[in-house]
Amino acid sequence: MDKDNTLTLEAGRTAAETMSGAQMVVRALKDQGVTHIFGYPGGAVLPIYDALFKVEGITHVLVRHEQGAAHAAEGYARSTGKPGVVLVTSGPGATNAVTGLTDALMDSIPLVVLTGQVPTHLIGTDAFQECDTVGITRPCTKHNWLVKDVNDLSRVLHEAFEIATKGRPGPVVVDIPKDVQFQNGSYHGPQAIHHRTYRPKTDPDTASIVKVVEMMAAAKKPVIYAGGGIINSGPEASKLLRELVDLTGFPITSTLMGLGAFPASRPEWLGMLGMHGTWEANHVMHDCDLMLNIGARFDDRCTGKVSAFSPESKKVHIDIDASQINKIVRVDLGVVSDATKALREIIRFWKAQKHQVQAEALKAWWKQIDHWRTKKSLSYRNSDTIIKPQYAIDRLYELTKHRKDVFITTEVGQHQMWAAQRFHFEEPNHWMTSGGLGTMGYGLPAAVGVQMAHPDALVIDIAGEASVQMTMQEMSTAVQYNLPIKIFILNNEYMGMVRQWQEILHGGRYSHSYSEALPDFVKMAEAFGCVGLRATKPAELDDKIKEMLVVRKPVLFDCRVDPAENCYPMIPSGAAHNEMLLSPDDGGEISEAGKMLV
Amino acid sequence: MHDTKVKLSDEIERHTLTVLVDNEAGVLARVVGLFSGRGYNIESLTVAEVDPMARTSRITIVTSGTPEVIEQIETQLRRLVPTHKVTNWTAAKAGIEREMALIKVAGTGDKRMEALRMADAFRARPVDTTHSSFVFEITGAPAKIDSFVDLMRPLGLVEVSRTGVAAISRGPDAM
Repeated sequence: MDKDNTLTLEAGRTAAETMSGAQMVVRALKDQGVTHIFGYPGGAVLPIYDALFKVEGITHVLVRHEQGAAHAAEGYARSTGKPGVVLVTSGPGATNAVTGLTDALMDSIPLVVLTGQVPTHLIGTDAFQECDTVGITRPCTKHNWLVKDVNDLSRVLHEAFEIATKGRPGPVVVDIPKDVQFQNGSYHGPQAIHHRTYRPKTDPDTASIVKVVEMMAAAKKPVIYAGGGIINSGPEASKLLRELVDLTGFPITSTLMGLGAFPASRPEWLGMLGMHGTWEANHVMHDCDLMLNIGARFDDRCTGKVSAFSPESKKVHIDIDASQINKIVRVDLGVVSDATKALREIIRFWKAQKHQVQAEALKAWWKQIDHWRTKKSLSYRNSDTIIKPQYAIDRLYELTKHRKDVFITTEVGQHQMWAAQRFHFEEPNHWMTSGGLGTMGYGLPAAVGVQMAHPDALVIDIAGEASVQMTMQEMSTAVQYNLPIKIFILNNEYMGMVRQWQEILHGGRYSHSYSEALPDFVKMAEAFGCVGLRATKPAELDDKIKEMLVVRKPVLFDCRVDPAENCYPMIPSGAAHNEMLLSPDDGGEISEAGKMLV
Repeated sequence: MHDTKVKLSDEIERHTLTVLVDNEAGVLARVVGLFSGRGYNIESLTVAEVDPMARTSRITIVTSGTPEVIEQIETQLRRLVPTHKVTNWTAAKAGIEREMALIKVAGTGDKRMEALRMADAFRARPVDTTHSSFVFEITGAPAKIDSFVDLMRPLGLVEVSRTGVAAISRGPDAM
């Protein structure tokens, strides 16, 4: 293959160079340290694909649908802390990526998505495979650009990486018309480029930090409410969070997005909070006198009824995004800061000012927490004859917990909540789930992205049979790239969470939530050229899981579970944290206002 | 989602906000899309490039909402990547707000004379005159224009074209 010299790093680092727009794209990716991109070719990106053909050091992963490319890039980004890169064509290529963009926006995942566009002279003429990509993606990106001049291209590409990763991370789109890809222009390296206006504030005010530690020292019933912002801030934030808990002995809970920020094995860990959180986590949130929110956004899944949310507490909210502060819940102290920097300063001031916790009060608080823990809110009635979904996840966890390199992705629904409750995480960046958007079909392509980044790791998509069919075609990608991802399907033959809500809210009228005409997942696996396994009885589950774990190929695991099992504990819509249901026996009358909520 | 908000005050207030932005393609759509996407109101909108060298545009928006919603609008506007600065003139109480309107009134006889007298009192200037109509140009605070329009209604008001509000701070400093 003839090598393209303009695409190597060595050729002139600082001075502007002349090359085609397509070469600039590939060169900018190399200069940004990109090693993997997820994409699908088409007419409007052919010049870029041609430039990719000649380059070394960038692995292109050919997906089977552009939504899969975006989710794979998300999985890659979340498990590595690096931005995920996507390359798709104009029109349907771009529109298919929109779900992934929205997902990444909601969960603050850095993505750089490059889309082809029809040539500039055809823009606005309803040309073949034309769509208004920047218009369509404006509300579902952090920022986007249409590049009409090749001499703007390298600047925009470097700004795209800067904006995707700086401040609160998020997805960006760069739309590049085909003629711009062909034209020659000046390329500038990333060193020279900084966005004109974008300067997010990431350092906390000292005065605020002083106030935070004073509030902590005065707290009798504190709780740390950790969110995905800690994960996004980098592994250092998780380390500092541990140190903060070491120093104070405060109890800690986290959101769905924050799982792994704090080790689940430690005694201070209360489990996840929120709609399907633990009894103890939600009661601690309700009864606390100081809530220290770090990198969470008071999402409606976490707060329940806002007017009854933690009524007695003083609330501190540390967030890198100023617009999150006082958006849902009015707080006593808002601190706009990166989580790592805020935690570092809190620890520094706590030590320097020789603060002590209210030891007696904290002891009483822990006594109360231990009492709540006796509820054992995650317990369930097991069975000898049918696999309970909770049991399946417990066994999957027990049989893999000796490994340090286990990455879990999920789809969306009951299986996701059971996985969040029962699969315990010790480290950040090992849990990839669609939290904000709740995208069914996220987990399988996300697993592809995670496994690309961590070829030797154990990557498991805990899935539901309904979700997994939304992006099932990406099994083909996994086979093509020898990615031994494990798709562990809790097959209850229902869109389980829909069925659960229909049971509770709609008189058990299961309108269109039964997964009829299911494929035979084992045969499907064989058709894809991977391995299919099925477990139908609790007694055979362990052996089948072990069989799955030794296979060095992608696996579709059809785990047949109890179709009627519901996910508990549950805060019904419109209820407060201390109005949880633990089991079907709790009844659970839902208010008229609650029925309006989702 | 907005239903779940705890509201400190349910009073709907009207605020005038100015956003200084990079004049790049799509920037107005970004600002307007933020308002429609999050369910905020726009009562008037004025936009023009104000510094061709720095490529900045000034967008002035009159909006309404509870104090919490206004606060959210400001922080959401600040979050947009091309935003340089956001100023709330209503909260700052140090701004001058002016609007221009063109108002067409048709009529003859006494009504026509009355319209001209009123226009004079409001310092509205006829910029087009026929035997049966006037077009008045009036500048002032939005409330003044509202009053003038109300007065013209019984005198043969045909149509109104308003520019929306432009705002600037008092004293020597920029926003």
